[in-house]
Amino acid sequence: MPPEILVDVESVGFTYDRRPVLKGISMRIPRGSIVAIMGASGSGKTTLLRIIGGQLKPNEGRVTVAGRSVAELPLDDLYAMRRRMSMLYQFGALFTDMTVFENVAFPLREHTKLPEEMIRDLVLMKLEAVGMRGAHRLMPAELSGGMARRVALARAVVLDPMLVMYDEPFAGLDPIAMATIGTLIRTLNHALGSTSIIVTHDVFESLSIVDYLYFISDGVIVGAGTPEEIRRSDLPYVRQFVHGEADGPVPFHYPAPPYPRDVGLVQ
Amino acid sequence: MSARPRLERRNRIRRPIATLGRRMIDGIWRVGTITRFFTLVLGSSGTSFARFRLVMREVYFSGVLSLVIIVVSGLFIGMVLGLQGFETLQKYGATESIGVLVALSLVRELGPVVAGLLFASRAGSAITAEIGLMKVTEQLSAMDMMAVSPMARVIAPRFWAGVISMPLLSALFAAMGVFGGYVVAVVILGVDNGAFWSQMQAAVDFRYDVLNGVVKSVVFGFAITVIATFEGYDAPPTAEGVSRATTRTVVSSALTVLALDLVLTAFMLRNQG
Repeated sequence: MPPEILVDVESVGFTYDRRPVLKGISMRIPRGSIVAIMGASGSGKTTLLRIIGGQLKPNEGRVTVAGRSVAELPLDDLYAMRRRMSMLYQFGALFTDMTVFENVAFPLREHTKLPEEMIRDLVLMKLEAVGMRGAHRLMPAELSGGMARRVALARAVVLDPMLVMYDEPFAGLDPIAMATIGTLIRTLNHALGSTSIIVTHDVFESLSIVDYLYFISDGVIVGAGTPEEIRRSDLPYVRQFVHGEADGPVPFHYPAPPYPRDVGLVQ
Repeated sequence: MSARPRLERRNRIRRPIATLGRRMIDGIWRVGTITRFFTLVLGSSGTSFARFRLVMREVYFSGVLSLVIIVVSGLFIGMVLGLQGFETLQKYGATESIGVLVALSLVRELGPVVAGLLFASRAGSAITAEIGLMKVTEQLSAMDMMAVSPMARVIAPRFWAGVISMPLLSALFAAMGVFGGYVVAVVILGVDNGAFWSQMQAAVDFRYDVLNGVVKSVVFGFAITVIATFEGYDAPPTAEGVSRATTRTVVSSALTVLALDLVLTAFMLRNQG
């Protein structure tokens, strides 16, 4: 039996200020899997996440999550769906006026009427899972980048979501913090039985934790496969990306008139 | 004459007109956006009243923390009014009316207007900067993804807190001003204590003076907090965007308060006459 598809992206197109950002993107993400969407900065990866989360509406095509078309949901239903999906932001997006504990407790306090002791137990349990229980009294400003992201991860999974989306979870982290986040994504995905979509440009970390990868360039999918297939791939874009070559299908230079003309050597 | 200079000359005339037209269209769009924002805030206010604790927290930040500047300014302005009024009234031998002069100017005009200007620069700018920075750091977006409406959870409580705080601050400003006038006129310059208060009591009408002053301060409270919350919510998510939005809050709130004051005063005086 083929695995159930949780997120189905059907030929999605998105235009911002008349500039096409996404052009006919299709992907099917099975329940329980970890999928990476890779591409250079500005290739439209984050836009795709926002479309899946219903914060942006696609101009073409549609996205269904758990069988329901996200863009067509009325606000109440969209909010009901978002209680079961969550997003980890690049810099954590912790609420700076609340302690670590209150940040993680926020979704529980907003969406449930649980008694205080139970909220406390749940929050400390999630913080323990990301190794930040000892920091529950600190304010977000007192945390390092990696620690803030772990707290944000605890907050993202506190309602046991069916889908977690990660926006650049590895950006700007040292190798140890990066490996920690990678391991956490993997273990939490297993423990919660959720599905993860990771938007990133970090090849090595993602190759080691994900089940499937998509490469996006200029708004179209230019390569896809399991980590094994990607390592062996000879698609030019994928090769350039995986091996970090400066020039290739993605040019080194920003589009410009010929150099000799700009410096006045020829008219 | 070749076509090119003519074209350039024509452009020189056209361009300012085009710029003016674009500015006007932008301005009208903005009024429309603010109005839409205002109705959205009103529509998402249910949570603010169901969980009044959220509003009280913001009343502390924008109201209670503005107390020092309001109290001190009120006191000084009342004292200056006392000094200036005494000087002028002395020429007519009517120094006992100083209480009336101080109270009427404060209750009708200076209380709501100056308290409004101070509130816009102290609390309005803080509201804009806070909301703007929450947007920059994606806190508003994160809240929205957690199925919590930022309108209901962040904007509406701040809005209602401002609307509640503003009349209270304005009243406190006027009261402190009257006290300042009393200190200068009665305690220092020796105006008769009984005359000071009794003339004030006889001349200040509750409906025409006090209530109209309260109406003004409530209207200013609405205007300032709508502008402050809107500018924060609408700020481009960059450092420069937030700083510009904060400046715009102070400038447009001040101008709006002064313009509204003129309109309201005209209406109130007409009704009285």
